Amino acid sequence: MKYSIFSLARAALSGHKTWQRTWRDATPKDRYDVVIVGGGGHGLATAWFLASEYGIRNVAVLEKGWIGSGNAGRNTTIIRSNYGLPGNTGFYELSMKLWERMEQDLNYNSMVSQRGVINLYHSDAQRDAYARRGNTMRINGIDAELLDLAAVKKMMPFLNFDNARFPVQGGLLQRRGGTARHDAVVWGYAHAASGLGVDIIQNCEVTGFVRDANGKVTGVETSRGRIGAGRVGMAVAGSSSRVADMAGLRLPIESHVLQAFVSEAIKPLIPNVMTFGAGHFYVSQSDKGGLVFGGDIDGYNSYAQRGNLPVMEDVCEGGMALMPMIGRVRLLRQWGGIMDMSMDGSPIIDKTPVDGLYLNAGWCYGGFKATPGSGFVFAHLLARDTPHEEAARFRLDRFRTGAMIDEKGQGAQPNLH
Amino acid sequence: MRIVCPFCGERELGEFTYLGDAKPVRPATGAAEDEVYDYVYLRDNIAGVMSENWYHGGGCRAWLKVTRNTLTHEISAVEPALGAGAAKVDA
Repeated sequence: MKYSIFSLARAALSGHKTWQRTWRDATPKDRYDVVIVGGGGHGLATAWFLASEYGIRNVAVLEKGWIGSGNAGRNTTIIRSNYGLPGNTGFYELSMKLWERMEQDLNYNSMVSQRGVINLYHSDAQRDAYARRGNTMRINGIDAELLDLAAVKKMMPFLNFDNARFPVQGGLLQRRGGTARHDAVVWGYAHAASGLGVDIIQNCEVTGFVRDANGKVTGVETSRGRIGAGRVGMAVAGSSSRVADMAGLRLPIESHVLQAFVSEAIKPLIPNVMTFGAGHFYVSQSDKGGLVFGGDIDGYNSYAQRGNLPVMEDVCEGGMALMPMIGRVRLLRQWGGIMDMSMDGSPIIDKTPVDGLYLNAGWCYGGFKATPGSGFVFAHLLARDTPHEEAARFRLDRFRTGAMIDEKGQGAQPNLH
Repeated sequence: MRIVCPFCGERELGEFTYLGDAKPVRPATGAAEDEVYDYVYLRDNIAGVMSENWYHGGGCRAWLKVTRNTLTHEISAVEPALGAGAAKVDA
């Protein structure tokens, strides 16, 4: 079905009782050209671009739970493309451009809101680093503005400008950055991909790979039977090591828990997404009024989808340093998602050494903003069997060859990225 | 999550720093490239019971070997790790 002002009016006149399912609840066929393991944002985006851009419509997305139950529903909904390293800069801008046309492409309201992302700086050295990053962005045709203290004061007069230890000096602003409604992103891709014939199969857990005599992957074993596949793409962030293990692969990835928080709803306060550069704290205000914020990962391996108190304390301290007034606001809820922390903090989108098996993993913190870009380049890889030019550096073997993309300069320390 | 340090007793998590999987062993000097690559970059990333190195920086400053379930955060054993912390046990 297509959404429009008329469909909305029609449904309103019939008391909103006539809305239909937005994607088909498919039963698995015997064989597909491409099977995507993982029905999160990345898996669904991949399926949509395979169908819409690359003309491959005999595609299945297998999800062990239900659409939106994993990291797609466990993030802080931020979109931006303020990256400084070759490999990242172009890729995240590709993704940003796809965010900007997503609603038209999908005929679905994903509530993309370009309210701006500002990274505050608190020292001369940090200003220089942000100036350099901003210059890199502008050289690559991406918007960036370095704001001084007066400009930040005008934009966010509620910050604590008297902080003796971490005085706000200014910030790097990307006006095109912002937020999107995370659930609507997965629903939108599911809606649009299903409309083009993609089978979205929920409650279908992959339990193994089917291999031929040469070791090539020719399908998957699932909790709903065997499904044949021309190619299999993995997009199972958080569980990448576990799924890869079924194909005998060890990955440069650790799974860590990242917590996020939402406060009770308050009146409109924070006009954008902002980050506290002296600690690690980022916050935006949802359309419902809650402050959505987060900080560091907990720092130890976890598959538990829940965190611990020291990080909660640290995140809230970061928020209090920036805006002491939020101490009056009650925390409404908290959750933990499981991140693929890669060894240089950057993703992996590549063929694996196993013929027929393709990998999309290692997103660390950055999975949500990458959703459309990741789907686009992964679809390219699956369709054409060669990497998209904007993802050509996201190689699996870059740790062996030394061509790492270490945006944070933390080396092979996944718990620091 | 709280860790029962064999030297200090039960303490909150904020006193400890995590190093990671206790299983990998640093290859000898001059080891083959594959072996070094494997040690530095590849991980078992266990979903289940894992043996890990933790540092009790907020307490006795000993290295500890903690046996923990990564699916539930349940800790089943804490022992002094080899090295500085373990030397204290013998003293």
